[in-house]
Amino acid sequence: MGSNVTESQTAALPEGLQGLTHDWSSDKQTFYVPWGKAMMWFFLLSDTFIFGCFLTSYMNVRMSTRVPWPNSSEVFALSFGGEPIPLILIAIMTFVLITSSGTMALAVNYGYKQDRAKTAALMFVTAAFGAIFVGMQAFEWTKLIVDEGIRPWGNPMGAPQFGASFFMITGFHGLHVSIGVIYLAVVALKVLKGDYEASGNYEIVEITGLYWHFVDLVWVFIFAFFYLW
Amino acid sequence: MASEGHQEHPLSIYLWIWVLLFVISTLSYLVDYIGFEGYLRWSLIIVFMLAKAGLIIAIFMHMIWERLALIYAILAPPLLLSFFIGFMAIEGDYTLLTRLNFFGETNFVAQHHTEEGH
Repeated sequence: MGSNVTESQTAALPEGLQGLTHDWSSDKQTFYVPWGKAMMWFFLLSDTFIFGCFLTSYMNVRMSTRVPWPNSSEVFALSFGGEPIPLILIAIMTFVLITSSGTMALAVNYGYKQDRAKTAALMFVTAAFGAIFVGMQAFEWTKLIVDEGIRPWGNPMGAPQFGASFFMITGFHGLHVSIGVIYLAVVALKVLKGDYEASGNYEIVEITGLYWHFVDLVWVFIFAFFYLW
Repeated sequence: MASEGHQEHPLSIYLWIWVLLFVISTLSYLVDYIGFEGYLRWSLIIVFMLAKAGLIIAIFMHMIWERLALIYAILAPPLLLSFFIGFMAIEGDYTLLTRLNFFGETNFVAQHHTEEGH
């Protein structure tokens, strides 16, 4: 659909609000982006609603319980021999994910420059950071389940809904990261093999990037509402 | 700026945003580390969260370079969530009051009220 929109077609289009009404009026193409990118955006929009529902239900159970909510600052503290440092693992996980978002942004940039080797390398680095993130999450889950006795139906620290919300929200996010790592690895391999060399069309890197940045985006909200609140 | 999917921008923009995201993340971690409480804590969390989300969507996901038709189609629907969140907040409040009515004030509740936000 949109992949063969030419320069001359968009050059004549009005901008701003006029552009909005122009693009939406009459029976014709609305989005002047490649169809793959539009579809990724719509998928991400639907995913936004899923995570929105999860976080809203978390808000609801946290507001409605009579039992105090466990203090996440203490629950997720780690000590390296000395005093426990609050939330330190979560902070490191946040930085790992932001780092991976940066390398992904660079990969998209080099994709458009048709630099195959650098694009693939940066995507593999991104996937590696994603894998590190999932590994740290596995460590976090193990610590919470084995050492602290947190279960989806109860825990020793307070409101039983804590476990249910935690495992549901971070589990679903971790699943997204895991799928993203596989997705990144597959596309990176294809880039490296030169599958996009003939067409010179590296849109797929940007589309993969959209998914990856979204995973980082969701973590921003989880970090704020679940861990910091 | 009209663009039809080809999103090529100077490398320096990405590097600057990257640095900014690190700085904001550090600040939001410090909110917990320093131990701010109450409205100061909540507003700082929200401000840093929105700043990070905005930068990721606008620059890393190239949203500011897209046409308005796509921007509105993607960013307007999630605004509906705010109604849903509002309704569920009212519902949560009502459930809490009902529970207090039927199960009474336990010492749990006393604690809950003094340590609001935890």
